[in-house]
Amino acid sequence: MTDTAAPATKSGIRISGAFHRLLAFSGLIALVVVFSLASPNFMQTQNVLAILQATSVNGVLAIAATLVIITGGIDLSVGTLMTFCAVITGVVLTYLGLPLPLGIVASILAGTGCGLVSGTIIAKLKVPPFIATLGMMLILKGLSLVISGTKPIYFNDTPGFNQIALGSWVGTIFPAVPLPNGVLILFVVALLAAFVLGKTALGRYTFALGSNEEAVRLSGVNIDRWKIAVYATAGGICGVAGLLIASRLNSAQPALGQGYELDAIAAVVIGGTSLSGGRGTVIGTLIGALIISVLANGLRILSVPQEWQTVVTGLIIILAVYADILRRRTL
Amino acid sequence: MPPTPAPPATGQLTPLVEMIDVDKAFPGVRALSRARFELHAGEVHALMGENGAGKSTLMKILSGVYSRDAGEVRLDGQPVEIASPRQAQDMGIGIIHQELALMRDLTAAQNIFIGREPRRFGLLDEAALNRDTQAIFDSMNLKLSPTVRVETLTIARQQMVEIAKALSYRSRVLIMDEPTAALNDAEIAELFTIINRLKAEGVGIVYISHKMDEIKRISDRVTVMRDGEYVGTVPAADTPIETIISMMVGRTLTNEALNIPNTASAPVALEVRNLNRGREIRDVSLTVRKGEILGLAGLMGAGRTEVARAIFGADPRDSGEIWVNGKRVGISSPKDAVRAGIGYLSEDRKHFGLATGLDVRNNIALASLERFVGPGGVINDGAMHDVAEKYIRQLSIKTPSDTQEARLLSGGNQQKVVIAKWLLRDCDILIFDEPTRGIDVGAKAEIYKLLNALAEQGRAIIVISSELPEILRLSHRIAVMCEGRLTGTLPGGSSQEDIMRLATLRPSAVADINTERSSA
Repeated sequence: MTDTAAPATKSGIRISGAFHRLLAFSGLIALVVVFSLASPNFMQTQNVLAILQATSVNGVLAIAATLVIITGGIDLSVGTLMTFCAVITGVVLTYLGLPLPLGIVASILAGTGCGLVSGTIIAKLKVPPFIATLGMMLILKGLSLVISGTKPIYFNDTPGFNQIALGSWVGTIFPAVPLPNGVLILFVVALLAAFVLGKTALGRYTFALGSNEEAVRLSGVNIDRWKIAVYATAGGICGVAGLLIASRLNSAQPALGQGYELDAIAAVVIGGTSLSGGRGTVIGTLIGALIISVLANGLRILSVPQEWQTVVTGLIIILAVYADILRRRTL
Repeated sequence: MPPTPAPPATGQLTPLVEMIDVDKAFPGVRALSRARFELHAGEVHALMGENGAGKSTLMKILSGVYSRDAGEVRLDGQPVEIASPRQAQDMGIGIIHQELALMRDLTAAQNIFIGREPRRFGLLDEAALNRDTQAIFDSMNLKLSPTVRVETLTIARQQMVEIAKALSYRSRVLIMDEPTAALNDAEIAELFTIINRLKAEGVGIVYISHKMDEIKRISDRVTVMRDGEYVGTVPAADTPIETIISMMVGRTLTNEALNIPNTASAPVALEVRNLNRGREIRDVSLTVRKGEILGLAGLMGAGRTEVARAIFGADPRDSGEIWVNGKRVGISSPKDAVRAGIGYLSEDRKHFGLATGLDVRNNIALASLERFVGPGGVINDGAMHDVAEKYIRQLSIKTPSDTQEARLLSGGNQQKVVIAKWLLRDCDILIFDEPTRGIDVGAKAEIYKLLNALAEQGRAIIVISSELPEILRLSHRIAVMCEGRLTGTLPGGSSQEDIMRLATLRPSAVADINTERSSA
């Protein structure tokens, strides 16, 4: 038997796959070029760092959403879960006065635990992910308000807490590169997530579930367990986002959070991850998140009102998905 | 038919697998009733029966996909419970499903070792994964890269990946459910080489197929099932094909006379000229006259459904003309096709044909809703009810009322609802894609009668079917396709052999057969 048709198609996919990644990336480059031409302030180090800093929370949440979306699911609770984790950190550090490392662990554990609950509802009770995480979104929003008594919890008693996002460990070593820790954490989370997706069984099953869940089941894989694991991992990553936002505001704001899930999903989609599952990359999601913040920052520098920024983001989402559809059609 | 116990293929006393008096019911359907099966090591045991006879269900029980309601399964003489696909694999039972169960976005190697990925230091070891896969491919004499993504492969090559996957389990029992449905002759020869090697290694192979010549060529014994029950087991070599067929159908086949009306002078209802679409449809031209049933035959992937969808405007075509009643019509969407009087009944009723959540009445009216819209845009339910009742009587649709949800009807009656929908829309050209798929034997005869009646009323009908007996029973003329081309048109009542010859007519296949013969 010889292979005649396959190589041509294979290279075709490679080229267009690369093309699409390139498309998001070149879109980002184009935006940067346009804005730097339009305003000399845009490429100032301070502004570039501000853009990266503004990307950190949405970027981390978008990575969490990426994992879930590759399985063919969706997680609407990432935003309020982030807030819930921040509130839990506030309880541990401010209410209980425990040391900082415990607060960090508590946030990540709270996120993982909530992800575990979502995943179990989806895998065991067979509730569709959209509904299960919509429910979780509201439950967590309510719980955050209940636990905090609807008031912000400040971290004034925990010196150094705001350094988690705002400090610069890189800057203390290389003073020339004052990279905020929040951005560093985003990159570390991205690297870890890419590693998990590419090198571990969890990553393999993440793609396999989104590709053909029934086939995975028939292969004798315990699909419930892996699905729960994906949601739990995504939850843990939301815990990291909770730390970042609390650190940046030096407080846990219980009313915050709703709406973040849509920005996260937007970044995932712009980055080329398919909402029907089976394919997606962390680097794409990072680029997607950067496109959103570059757009916001650049339009603000050009004094475009914030309302219009939202309109433009909406247009970009539709354009990005349409580009993906065009790509598939040419296969 | 007395069950004739055949001597076991080998001298062993304890069979590798015994399934005794297995029952299985699904809601509304008794799939298996006291079904039996026995498999020895080193044996190829064919499992035969008409569609719906329960072959696949029985094997899904053996491979842990379904649980049985009653009966016993023994492995090496020991009663076993097989609760999951995983347990079946651990016991050495591998299955190649009829519907390919692959993850399209993953590579061949990732598919083969899903659930058992080689690891190093807790991480996936892609190098070992690809090496192991390459070794399996080499042993199969299969030239395929382990890192190729499955979605880029042809159906035949995906099938080969499935077989490689089953081999990788080192299965003692290997179940193949219609493994050659999408393979060409050369690929079938490769498969048989692999089967013979496994057999020599002592693997027991269950071979489900409809193809008599294959059964004769490869299997030692044949077990026949009918309507979920065990009919008998016979040695493959010494049993005439006619005997096996009569065991399958439960009677000696009386050729129900096919009444071919003389439609030569009837006006042409549909003409397709030089239809092209990518690699799937190459220069297909055909005509159907009023009152005629044209059968469209071919192997899986020959392009029959693609032609139907292109005629119906469901997929864009690269070139080609469609003429209805002597006038050229521009069809670029299903809406245009319906307006031209063409109705398409998809092979996948649940996905494309039927709004399963709606009731019977609304399904029948679905394509003609504007007729029932009264003043102010309000739907006239009374009129809709009258029309629905008319078709329920006319097509004898079995439903408690016209407000029954369509999904609660049996397959045959769902099909009738879809037919009613197109009749109401005045479609005089009807394309049936696998009209009896998933429909039980009794309802099949009724659908056949209905199709004949529709033709008698002067409608032009195209029937696409993978079942040759169905094509032969219905068609006044038979068009045969292979690899996107129309390879010939036969008169009704032609032999299965003539159809198969045209269905495999291509330069590559001819060359393959020749090399196979010269090497044999």
